[in-house]
Amino acid sequence: MSQAKTLFEKVWEQHIVAEPAGEPTILYIDLQLVHEVTSPQAFEGLRLAGRRVARADRTLATVDHNVPTDKDRIHIKDPIAAKQIEALRKNCAEFGVELFDVNSVDQGIVHMIGPELGATKPGMTIVCGDSHTSTHGAFGALAFGIGTSEVEHVLATQTLPQSRPKTFRIAVEGELPHGVTAKDIVLGIIGRIGTDGATGYAIEFAGSAIRALSMEGRMTICNMSIEAGARAGMIAPDETTFAYLEGRRFAPKDADWERAKQEWRKLPTDEGAAFDRELLIPAHELTPYVTWGTSPGMVVGVTDVVPDPSLGETEADRNGLARALEYMDLRAGTPIEEITIDRVFIGSCTNARIEDLRAAAKVLAGYQVHANVRGMVVPGSQQVKAQAEREGLDHVFREAGFDWREPGCSMCLGMNPDILQPGERCASTSNRNFEGRQGKGGRTHLVSPAMAAAAAVMGRFTDIRTWQYRTASREAEVLA
Amino acid sequence: MQAFTTLTSIVTPLELSNVDTDQIIPKQFLKRIERTGYEDYLFFDWRQDPGFVLNNPAYGGSHILVAGKNFGCGSSREHAAWALEQYGFRCVIAPSFADIFYSNAGKNGILAITLSEAEVERLLLQAKTADGYRLTVSLESNTIEDESGFATSFQIDPFRRDCLLQGLDDIGLTLRHAALLSAYEQKHDTENWLLARA
Repeated sequence: MSQAKTLFEKVWEQHIVAEPAGEPTILYIDLQLVHEVTSPQAFEGLRLAGRRVARADRTLATVDHNVPTDKDRIHIKDPIAAKQIEALRKNCAEFGVELFDVNSVDQGIVHMIGPELGATKPGMTIVCGDSHTSTHGAFGALAFGIGTSEVEHVLATQTLPQSRPKTFRIAVEGELPHGVTAKDIVLGIIGRIGTDGATGYAIEFAGSAIRALSMEGRMTICNMSIEAGARAGMIAPDETTFAYLEGRRFAPKDADWERAKQEWRKLPTDEGAAFDRELLIPAHELTPYVTWGTSPGMVVGVTDVVPDPSLGETEADRNGLARALEYMDLRAGTPIEEITIDRVFIGSCTNARIEDLRAAAKVLAGYQVHANVRGMVVPGSQQVKAQAEREGLDHVFREAGFDWREPGCSMCLGMNPDILQPGERCASTSNRNFEGRQGKGGRTHLVSPAMAAAAAVMGRFTDIRTWQYRTASREAEVLA
Repeated sequence: MQAFTTLTSIVTPLELSNVDTDQIIPKQFLKRIERTGYEDYLFFDWRQDPGFVLNNPAYGGSHILVAGKNFGCGSSREHAAWALEQYGFRCVIAPSFADIFYSNAGKNGILAITLSEAEVERLLLQAKTADGYRLTVSLESNTIEDESGFATSFQIDPFRRDCLLQGLDDIGLTLRHAALLSAYEQKHDTENWLLARA
């Protein structure tokens, strides 16, 4: 009998091109996703060395980080952003890479469109010059973010030298409590193991609570595995995965589809396979979470209080905690539900999929955004936006007082005009609460889409588990 | 890339854990399409504070940065490594580094050294309190020494060490395996459920 293997080991071993003695493994890359921000210097490197893109058919590009999210976004007012997007257009044309440009019906955040197009598939190796590439691991792919030198390396060779990460299984077992979402699972995990808790590891998320999630929820969890420091996050493919992929543009068809499923069914971790590390989290211990500080690990339950910074282990840790409280303008001991907010951002590659918008709209139906709050929804992709509009979700958001915008990364990182003003406090469905992430001096609290919507109505954080749902408008009834 | 052999320099203490790449190089500078010219943008927002360590002339001309654990976490932006290197930092010492930053640093001739929490705390204290505190970092002998008797050795992957010592870039190294790659691709491309497009 052959040795029991993990999902990670199977995918890794199927992509070994060479294992030179004393050097990293040369790993084959099935798909590289490209966006405007981390690619210009890579294409320039190819040009200077007289190299070509080795496999344009394994490369897809889109514009997401810089694009404005207003209606008139074809005309970018920021000249430096416009130049960077123009550079991507020229590079894609020169090197033969397919680009899903701003006017494409398939444009969107790079980690949204890979799955939507069916380009992301189980068993693949996928890279992108963006740390949230871990998202694609939800399909049982080995997917990770890389730097620009590595982008150039993959463009030139379709391979990457990689040292093999260790394996870490995090099992979430049991039924999720009411009001606890995929976002809360991953925030809860990061809160437990820390932002460097999985450094050097490829995580496999497993257990009944993970199996029960939709692909959207699985993507949310894998997306933020980088926030625990992991090289990658993976979830074994199953019937949920196949149902999501079937019929998508780049998914295999007919006999190829049946053959593909046969191969994909061999990928899940074998019974008895060993992991370097394991963690079990009972689902009933999880709660709706809110980050209070400037690192995703600075997180507590919504009914908790802001913690005491003197609990840090080292001077550097205590400095970090104290600095975070000062930056966030919070005092230890303050109940989370007493923190008032100015802005709400529903968007990003973490939580801007159709289910996320449905969850937020369900909370908002029949309510108005609080007078002190400005809310914006940025669907993650054109496909999500179109789907949401077919379902009437845009009306629910607009009736509640939210701004309904065009797809892109937007205020997740504020590279486009969507930013917080200094001192503004935001409930955000994105992935990072770093200082200045959403705008210089801006204060970010990470939450689930439902928690963000509820905070928008109340003007402060509130426990979604006690929310009184309404279905006041005709559109909202469609949701029920 | 520039080779790294031995370096002696004043040490800059950055006594914070979880320094993320958004702080090392804020987003507004990621719109540039050039690979150079990032030195003035290193820690741009933090440098607005006159008390920030990079604004202290005592650390002027320093090539060694010492920081808390999980240095370089967050965004994959290689601009963080470019900014550090172009500012003059050739060596960063911390109890741990985020994976992507660690890789980016190596590809830009920056030696990222992992030491124990206790050793890093000692170096931070010395750099904060001892005037002109200097370290000599030798990649040839995998050692770090100061001028008052402190000496330690560090671990580094032998391949990464070789690349840094010789200033080797990766693409040329990988292309030594072109025949294996070609054979792999021929077989792999027939497994069409793994094609990016089907």
